[in-house]
Amino acid sequence: MTMTIETTAERRPAVETPLRRVLREFTRSKLAVLGLLALAIVILLAILAPAIAPQDPYDLMQLSIMDGRLAPGAGSMDGSMVFTLGTDSQGRDMLSAILYGLRISLLVGFLSAMAAAAVGSALGLIAAYVGGWIESIIMRIVDLQLSFPSILVALMILAFLGKGVTNVVLALVIVEWAAYARTARSGALIERRKEYIEAAECLAIPTWRILFRHLLPNCLPPLIVIATVQIARAITLEATLSFLGLGVPVTEPSLGLLIANGYEYMLSGEYWISFYPGVALLVMIVSINLVGDQLRDVLNPRSQA
Amino acid sequence: MPFWFIKRLFGALLIVFAMTIIVFVGVSVIGNPADILVPPDADQVERLRIVTALGLDQPLWKQYLSFIGNALHGDLGTSFVFGEPALKVILQRMPATFELAFSALILAILFGIPLGLYAGLRPHGLLSRSIMAGSILGFSLPTFWVGLMMIMLFAVQLGWLPSGGRGETVDVLGVRWSFLTADGLRHLILPALNLALFKISLVIRLTRAGVREVMPQEYIKFARAKGLTERRIISVHVLKNILIPIITVIGLEFGSLIAFAVVTETIFAWPGMGKLIIDSINSLDRPMIVAYLVIIVIFFTTINLIVDFLYTVLDPRVRLESGG
Amino acid sequence: MTAVLEQTAGVAASSRRGAILSVRDLKTYFATPAGEVKAVDGLSFDLRAGQVLGLVGESGSGKSVTGFSIVRLIEPPGRIVGGEISFKGQELTGASLEEMRRLRGRHIAMIFQDPMMTLNPVLRIDTQMIEAIQAHERVPIAEARARARDALGKVGIPSPEERLKAYPHQFSGGMRQRVAIATALLNQPDLIIADEPTTALDVTIQAQILAEVQKLTRDTNTAVIWISHDLSVVSGMADEVAVMYAGRIVEAGPVAEVINAPRHPYTAGLIGSLPSRNRRGERLRQIHGMTPNLLDLPEGCAFRTRCDHADEACRREPGLFARHGHVHRCFHPCREDA
Repeated sequence: MTMTIETTAERRPAVETPLRRVLREFTRSKLAVLGLLALAIVILLAILAPAIAPQDPYDLMQLSIMDGRLAPGAGSMDGSMVFTLGTDSQGRDMLSAILYGLRISLLVGFLSAMAAAAVGSALGLIAAYVGGWIESIIMRIVDLQLSFPSILVALMILAFLGKGVTNVVLALVIVEWAAYARTARSGALIERRKEYIEAAECLAIPTWRILFRHLLPNCLPPLIVIATVQIARAITLEATLSFLGLGVPVTEPSLGLLIANGYEYMLSGEYWISFYPGVALLVMIVSINLVGDQLRDVLNPRSQA
Repeated sequence: MPFWFIKRLFGALLIVFAMTIIVFVGVSVIGNPADILVPPDADQVERLRIVTALGLDQPLWKQYLSFIGNALHGDLGTSFVFGEPALKVILQRMPATFELAFSALILAILFGIPLGLYAGLRPHGLLSRSIMAGSILGFSLPTFWVGLMMIMLFAVQLGWLPSGGRGETVDVLGVRWSFLTADGLRHLILPALNLALFKISLVIRLTRAGVREVMPQEYIKFARAKGLTERRIISVHVLKNILIPIITVIGLEFGSLIAFAVVTETIFAWPGMGKLIIDSINSLDRPMIVAYLVIIVIFFTTINLIVDFLYTVLDPRVRLESGG
Repeated sequence: MTAVLEQTAGVAASSRRGAILSVRDLKTYFATPAGEVKAVDGLSFDLRAGQVLGLVGESGSGKSVTGFSIVRLIEPPGRIVGGEISFKGQELTGASLEEMRRLRGRHIAMIFQDPMMTLNPVLRIDTQMIEAIQAHERVPIAEARARARDALGKVGIPSPEERLKAYPHQFSGGMRQRVAIATALLNQPDLIIADEPTTALDVTIQAQILAEVQKLTRDTNTAVIWISHDLSVVSGMADEVAVMYAGRIVEAGPVAEVINAPRHPYTAGLIGSLPSRNRRGERLRQIHGMTPNLLDLPEGCAFRTRCDHADEACRREPGLFARHGHVHRCFHPCREDA
């Protein structure tokens, strides 16, 4: 059928900064705004944890084994506080443990995603710009790694390195860099053919400057989308690894480890030790995914038409 | 056999070879195996004897060569924990993992394709929106936590299904299977569903996207103009088109099911090789770790090869291009 | 007479007699965010068995929408909002979905514009042809297959038996269109709606396909609505021609009359822009201005902003004027000798 229907899109005012456009289109989805709001609250709670948590869950002086495995809403033996979300086997307030756990989960997630983004994008840009055997080696490794499930690669690395926060972050970076590299390269391959890069080359601007001052900013939108998805994935993976006993040590319990600690009490019906940390994890991941989903729609050059 | 296939086969072998080096070096370089292998109460002479016997005094490349030599003969070392050949231990556990992964795959198709079809055909309906919201949730939910919640609900609170183990099994061709007994099936449901959850969401999204892409095509309109029933159009014209990418992805995902079985097996005490690797890592059973990783690498490379091959067979357009 | 309209009172009654298809005041609108697009706005015509009607107009004139409206294959946001379509005595605008399905492909077949897109790429030709038969008749598969093979032979596809097993991508564009035509002919329909079936093809292939369709439909006494933007294609094969502009018929009549003595300035412009109609060395005439925006049509005659004849009178809606079965919608028709 040959029908041309004009849309209102063409009648938009021409003066609009890219950032404004992204903002306007982003806020079109109520769900995404809700996600962003939830994410902001989660991050705020994590930052403020020491100030707002009812107790310091890792100060053994504050814990009483007498308060162990109390159901949500129960008061402590000495009557000094109420455990809104119950306590774990050592009498630790679950609400406080979750607030502190959020810190570790978010920290590990963001740290690894950022490091992976830096390493991956740099290698991807270099591959696209330099080409030749350097490109084929980098992309071979990317392909190889992406053909293995993330959990397996992480498992393998932690099997070599042993557990610990640093090792987990390292493992997550190694797992995730490939996705950034692939995205950065495909974006850069398109950009580098454009005239402004040629112009920059003619002006004998140093290669690193072309790469990071000219090429990178123009490849940024897809990288941002990937990054939101990858942060959620990193947090989930960290939780999973910690649950399996291969992630963070007991002294720095993330949400995953809290859930694992509740595992053995589950069969006797004490659900809250695993349940509430899981809810916190879920809220965090869902909100990141909602934001990421909408960002993908907004930043996708194809959907801008 | 076409040339491109031989080329890919060769590439696959190269990958396996490279990965064995990484695994071997990774496991050997970090930490000293002798510390774990030698009993703590052994004296200096005893210690030296064991180190020599295991070849740990040799340079790394020699150790690797003898490892590869042995591996080619089917010897991947002996487990410290089980005192048996690692390969044998893994092969014993493999059917349980395959049974679980395969059940999850079937669930993913059984739920994912119809739900995705529905969501794609009526994209604005309330039910479709719920399906899509559910799939976002399915992507976001941490698998292990959902597993725990399933145990909580169905095993502890409702008492409908067992919380772990394989249940009653039947021996067929020397391998134990759970799905052949009623009790085994009851044990299989929760772990399979848990493992499938993520894949169901994936299949829903793929199917929906496929439907949305195919429905506005001219050939669908032409099919309508021929007077075909809506049923025929969907089950033949739409489905055949979207099945190709879905099968490709599902094939690729079988590998990831095996990998993620690590989590599900741990939660549901399912005695497969996933639980085995976690136990092995925790007990630093290095030969087991190496053997598991080598087998998994071979396994994944094979899957990728098969998917490549299937894809070419399924899509007549690809066949023509690569055949010419 | 074909393209006659209700307003031409006396003629209408007689024209309905013997018509297999009778369209009255058809309105198909598209609800878009920017407003309602009246793609087809009050269209009427009749078609007798075996008659070939050429429906001509620019893209966006509503000619394709007309074709799809008749078989009720308008997709949202499009909707038939008014009018009647009577096919062999059956009213189609109110027919159930199942009634429409039985009609499509069996009594009214369609041929689409782009042969590269109309065949399902993952199904073999035999599958796609046999299903077209079995959707309407309980026929053993072997028999349906034989019919499909014969149909392929008829449209000039060499070694049809082997070609049945092929996939669409193994055919050229022209061959694919032949397959589509063969598919349309499978159930010996009373009417074929051909939506620019040669536009996407090479000129030489175009001519072959044209000749093929002409011969086959004449042999079986099949009526055809041939939709095209190309007046020269239509003039070669149609009995009657209807020219559409902005969702309406602006001129209609026997093909020779319309071509030789166009009355509407738009038709005259179309004819003037045909290279073959111009003498050597003479400049090609063209219609100035752009295809109308259906959301923002001028009041009165939709063509007046592009028309050399337009004056104050044209601000009113022109009705249809008829003379000897040749109708036009214009206050200032071109003279016969023009």
